[in-house]
Amino acid sequence: MSGGFDYHVIINNIPFMWQGIQLTFLLTFLAICGGVAGGTFLALCRLSRFAPISFAAGSYVNFFRSMPLILVIFWFYFLVPWIVGRPVGGFDSVLIAFVLFEAAYYCEIIRAGISSVGHGQIYAGRALGLTYGQTMRYVVLPQAFRNMIPVLLTQAIILFQDTSLVYVVGLHDFFVNADMVANRDNRLLEMYSTVAFVYFVLCLAGSLGVRRLQRKYAL
Amino acid sequence: MQYNWNWGILLQSPYFGWICSGLAWTIGTACAAWIIAFTLGSVIGVMRTTNIAALRIIGTAYVELFRNVPLLVQMFLWFFVFPELLPKAAGTWVKRDLPLPEFSTAVVCLGTYTASRVAEQVRAGIESIGQGQRYAGLAIGLTPVQVYRYVLLPVGYRIIIPPLTSDFLGIFKNSSLALTIGVLELTAQTRQIEEYTFQGFEAFTTATVLYCVVTFIVMTVMRVVERRTAIPGMISLSAK
Repeated sequence: MSGGFDYHVIINNIPFMWQGIQLTFLLTFLAICGGVAGGTFLALCRLSRFAPISFAAGSYVNFFRSMPLILVIFWFYFLVPWIVGRPVGGFDSVLIAFVLFEAAYYCEIIRAGISSVGHGQIYAGRALGLTYGQTMRYVVLPQAFRNMIPVLLTQAIILFQDTSLVYVVGLHDFFVNADMVANRDNRLLEMYSTVAFVYFVLCLAGSLGVRRLQRKYAL
Repeated sequence: MQYNWNWGILLQSPYFGWICSGLAWTIGTACAAWIIAFTLGSVIGVMRTTNIAALRIIGTAYVELFRNVPLLVQMFLWFFVFPELLPKAAGTWVKRDLPLPEFSTAVVCLGTYTASRVAEQVRAGIESIGQGQRYAGLAIGLTPVQVYRYVLLPVGYRIIIPPLTSDFLGIFKNSSLALTIGVLELTAQTRQIEEYTFQGFEAFTTATVLYCVVTFIVMTVMRVVERRTAIPGMISLSAK
């Protein structure tokens, strides 16, 4: 590395890094949507009174929670093209890996949220003549989601940071683009500290926002 | 697509040796980093519960800084940027003479990162005890250091055994990120086997099974530790 801190290399490459940030945000957004949907489904399965279903969902969660995310990304990077029978883009396989991995974590959050809604609510719903599905849909889940919004958002921030791991399969996200510039121009110090700074500001703003929300909604 | 299964490949030389050494590096990295994480995390967690404003601010700043930057970016900062920021002699020493450069960097990075999580658990543990115990300790003439040493920490650590276990498992899983700076730990070795033999599924299955086995062992051991160290009547304390 030569010379002092060179601001030009950062300014010149803002458009290129912006492309990367867009991919990071897109991946985060899709993974959150898929993860929450899958997590809700898994949580309902885990709370099911039918033992095989709750056992299967529990095994799924424990299995994914004991694996490192990088290994999951590698797995799906090879597994998905093999199952589909043709090459798929890196983005698709990574997205599937993230959704399935995050579903396990969201499941635990949502399960805790559902459990925090008193049993009396379920009995009351059933007593009114609602079916199990209706009780969940109109009584339990709305309250549960309200309780767990702060935790869900915190997990979303963690997920946002974790998307940087697509580095291992070379998807062009924010960090990979900055890394390419860093190695091309031999400006490691400037580029890596820029990435760290941007992530820090975004995540700090996010977690401060979550904390405010938590105070506002605190019962 | 056609795939030729060949489980025997895992027992062949040199691939079997790669897996063993990968597992050893993973466990070594995780344990070494845990020592840093636990010590540093305890100090910072305690700092955040003292009534000295400066210490609290330093502790909070540390936690926010390390929690809000992705671990991968921190890994690269430690490996590529940190030596440049040191004074010239020290920077040269880190670049040239540091023993096992990748391993040491990964350990420091994982340790300082996880310390921010451990600090939060330690703080939560101490805060959950309640002010009464602290005042009682001070009232019978203990110094603030003694209050922490004999009253708050022994109780606090026992409360936070379950979250600390999951932090340890976190460090164990996160050690796979060390492959990005060239530590040949378990995930990196299986990736290498995939590249040499194209038997990717066998290699990744091995890694998956090994990670699950280690997780299971740690969980079982910690459950015993938790039961052994439980304080009688603890439920009433946490319910207060």
